[in-house]
Amino acid sequence: MTSDALPARLAEIVEDFASAPPRDRLEMLLEYSQSLPPLPERLREHPERLEPVPECQSPLFVTTELDEGLVRIFADAPPEAPTTRGFAGIFHAALDGLAPADILAVPGDITARLNLAEVVSPLRLRGAAALLGRIQRQVRELVATTAAR
Amino acid sequence: MAIPLDTDPKLAQYADPSSLVTTEWLAHHLDDPGLVVVESDEDILLYETGHIPGAVKVDWHTELNDPITRDYVDATGFAQLMSAKGIARNSTVVFYGDKSNWWASYALWVFTLFRHPDVRLLDGGRAKWQAEGRPMTTEPVSRPKTPYPLVERDDSRIRAFRDDVLAHLGRPMVDVRSPDEYSGRLLHMADYPQEGALRGGHIPGAANVPWARATNPDGTFRSRAELEALYGGEAGLGAGDDVVVYCRIGERSSHTWFALTHLLGYRRVRNYDGSWTEWGNAVRMPIEREVDPA
Repeated sequence: MTSDALPARLAEIVEDFASAPPRDRLEMLLEYSQSLPPLPERLREHPERLEPVPECQSPLFVTTELDEGLVRIFADAPPEAPTTRGFAGIFHAALDGLAPADILAVPGDITARLNLAEVVSPLRLRGAAALLGRIQRQVRELVATTAAR
Repeated sequence: MAIPLDTDPKLAQYADPSSLVTTEWLAHHLDDPGLVVVESDEDILLYETGHIPGAVKVDWHTELNDPITRDYVDATGFAQLMSAKGIARNSTVVFYGDKSNWWASYALWVFTLFRHPDVRLLDGGRAKWQAEGRPMTTEPVSRPKTPYPLVERDDSRIRAFRDDVLAHLGRPMVDVRSPDEYSGRLLHMADYPQEGALRGGHIPGAANVPWARATNPDGTFRSRAELEALYGGEAGLGAGDDVVVYCRIGERSSHTWFALTHLLGYRRVRNYDGSWTEWGNAVRMPIEREVDPA
């Protein structure tokens, strides 16, 4: 699959990371960790509604909702885990507000295409792949539940 | 000029008081020429969110390991790394990091493989420094390149390989993982990625002393008496014993290696860095699964 098939924002992000020198890639990941929006009040009061992603080295929680047919993504990780927050920030920036089908079409190897393995280490990238997997599973469930109504 | 030792009374109780410094001491010595502060964290970006002024980052995963073979860098790789970080052979290196210095201990242990002469750990690590409201900065640090000699890594004193551990069976060994990993109930740490062990349990005869029991809630090391009670009393070890410590990849056990070697003065402690990710995957390694009733 070429990156043409990716949602536009995600394709841009992949292109940005792929073309940046290694040092800048870390800096960009840090910026995504800072741009991850805080959870809305209703979710902060009910952390049990978020699903843990134990494959990440640091605690990461994610939940998705359907809002007028579009997917909203909410994720949280502690500030002392900026790498994990950075992955969550990337997926939030790339996928929040898209249609379910667009999110489900994102290939599982997308985290490898960010070209981060060399600067972050493959071990740390596993958490990112697991996060995408969970977002997609939640979206599948949301779609199924909505269809059954 | 040699960097003075920290004469804080808490450190005087330990076997090697020169191996630790307090946050108070470091705050006063940050600008000493000849002293390099190294931050080593689990999270590769944590340093970038703020670090002790002047500290350089050394990443355990991407910088201390060989990129191809599962091993540490060699003499050339280490000399290049030191040179790039601005560390000279006669620099005093003070390590600190997140998670009670878990990764900082690992970095210190790797520096010790290269016999870097003066290595010290910041008692309490990053969390204590921050909790005390001491300065942190995101200012990029650039130290002038230093010459660093080619020094062969010495794996004979403080590192154990799988065959060494096989030959060591029946002698003192400490598994520093969580009780659930030790018993075989979990293949990896709770909340941590599965790093691929096919079998669960522990090396036969190993005592289970989770690494964090050596620390206080603020991340500093427990008193010498408490450490004696833990390792000497509970785990039945002695300072003259030949001891092997291990965990999952050798990081948590570096912390225990540090406590036994530098704080209690044990003379022969080796860290088995292959640890459970090697032992739990290798063919025909003996494994125990029951939890020791003691």
